[in-house]
Amino acid sequence: MTALLEVKNLTKAFVGLVAVNDVSFSLQAGRITALIGPNGAGKTTCFNLVAGALRPTAGQVLFEGCSLEREPPEAVCRMGIARTFQIVRPMKDMSVLENAMVGAFSWTTNVKEARDKAYESLENVGLAGKANARTDQLTLPDRKMLEMAKALSTRPKLLLLDEVMAGLRPTEAAGVVGVLHRLAESGLTILLVEHVMRIVMEVASTVVVLHHGVKIAEGKPSEVVADPAVLESYLGAGFHA
Amino acid sequence: MQRTSDQASDTKRWGAGALVFAALAMVGGMSNAYVISLLTIVLLFTFLGQSWNLMLGIGGQLSIGHALFVGIGAYAVAILNIKYGVTPWIGLLLGAVIAGFVGAVLAWLSFRFEVRGIYFALLTIAAAEFARIMFGGWDYVGGMQGLFYQAPSGTMDLGMLRGDARFYYFVALALAAIGVAGTELISRSYWGYVWRAMRDDDEAARALGVRTFRHKVLVVSISAATAAIGGGVLGLVQGAIFPDSIMGMAISVDVLIGPVVGGLGTAFGPLVGSMAAIPLHHAMGALGDSLGLPGLNSVAYGAVLILVVWFLPDGIWPAIVRLYGAIQLPARGRISQLRKAEE
Ligand SMILES: Nc1ncnc2c1ncn2[C@@H]1O[C@H](COP(=O)(O)OP(=O)(O)OP(=O)(O)O)[C@@H](O)[C@H]1O
Ligand SMILES: [Mg+2]
Repeated sequence: MTALLEVKNLTKAFVGLVAVNDVSFSLQAGRITALIGPNGAGKTTCFNLVAGALRPTAGQVLFEGCSLEREPPEAVCRMGIARTFQIVRPMKDMSVLENAMVGAFSWTTNVKEARDKAYESLENVGLAGKANARTDQLTLPDRKMLEMAKALSTRPKLLLLDEVMAGLRPTEAAGVVGVLHRLAESGLTILLVEHVMRIVMEVASTVVVLHHGVKIAEGKPSEVVADPAVLESYLGAGFHA
Repeated sequence: MQRTSDQASDTKRWGAGALVFAALAMVGGMSNAYVISLLTIVLLFTFLGQSWNLMLGIGGQLSIGHALFVGIGAYAVAILNIKYGVTPWIGLLLGAVIAGFVGAVLAWLSFRFEVRGIYFALLTIAAAEFARIMFGGWDYVGGMQGLFYQAPSGTMDLGMLRGDARFYYFVALALAAIGVAGTELISRSYWGYVWRAMRDDDEAARALGVRTFRHKVLVVSISAATAAIGGGVLGLVQGAIFPDSIMGMAISVDVLIGPVVGGLGTAFGPLVGSMAAIPLHHAMGALGDSLGLPGLNSVAYGAVLILVVWFLPDGIWPAIVRLYGAIQLPARGRISQLRKAEE
């Protein structure tokens, strides 16, 4: 099986703390992988390193064999990696539809084509009915779905989702889980940061666990939840919180 | 269904625009010389406001030194025409190319070295002031004494862009119409979408594959080139060019007052804003002269700016659109109620 993305010994040091410490993992094409860990474990930093928003202190990111560490975010996106932001970032003076169109302009300059793609992305996440709304009229869960639609419009091969289901009601989350399965079936590779373990168990074929920037476990969801080191990291975090 | 309602409002908007410009054309046919010359300036600054609006209102890049580009255009036309008898059409083209290049270099250098936002705006002022002083000391272009066009003979000559006040009114009207339509078309084109995305959130736009660096350089360059075209015509209308007037800070302020007062990022805002602010500026200037209060026009300008920013932060035009919507909605509601009552 071929790895679409390979992360090798990835390290990011901020002043006074190493947010990502010598982390390696790889993503199989067409699979959903979950990246989990307690608050502050380094998950979002990992996303930023892969997406070109941050430069690694050390290590490598290989996508389809190409090295990404020196590429700016727009180039990473154009190579086929789209990401959502944990703290949503809608373009506030553009409509929901227009927001979803922006990503399509990474592969077309045709406005009609971009609009069609945007409708398709919005339909995928259940937002098509709000296409003409302003973004400040959306609820937070809807804004998270808009983040996903924006990313989908770029026609990614790899989708990085940072807590897109946070704040969703269980029925809504189940809907999104269905969407993720469908996307994966159509060949999309997904790396997902998610706190709700029930969802992780349901969608992910592989789970990578970070704690204090270090990878402490990797494997099938059922194996990972039984791992003493994982349990301890979560309980430990619970005690400190 | 939503798409067709989009098209309906498109037709409405274009129709409304056409009506406004038809009305302005009729005004040009009827009014006296004073009104004509005042409205010519209003319309020229509508066009210049559109150029500035493209850069900030759509592209998200602030310039407070647009006089630089206005001046480049004015000098390009004047030098070629006055010294070599070349038609202003060539001067306009050349001025646009030079200003576009200067704008691109300025933007490239500053964004390359992470000079952004307000610091970029300060750089535009510095560049404009530098150019003003340079032209003032340059004998070839008349230094501080400036350049003078020959007094118009009165016969209209489209090839040489010469004619009476009414002729220039229609030239300015055409430019303003091109400005409004151009803004509308650009903001709904590929460029408009990616520019508005980078205006709203640069980092999020980049994450969606928008190459914001080159688009910022592009929007500054296009804004500069169009400002030069407006400047070239402004010079012809005024009949003379001096570095202090055509490249001074006052021009940079005049350029931005229309869109700020009228509505940033909108197609009609600069027209509405110029219509409101420039006649007031002139009236207060005249009143100030007759009362012996020379600064009255600037005070009025300042007051209008403060009032608009305070009460209508989006500008006058979006407020009109909102008001129109507010009047429409209850009316529709009432009609549907009446229908229900009939059933
Ligand atoms: N730009 C930065 N400068 C300094 N420290 C940072 C920066 N970004 C993140 N950190 C720190 O790095 C650590 C990892 O942060 P990160 O956001 O990656 O965690 P996370 O796993 O996404 O957490 P959460 O579940 O809360 O989203 C945290 O301690 C955080 O404070
Ligand atoms: Mg995070």
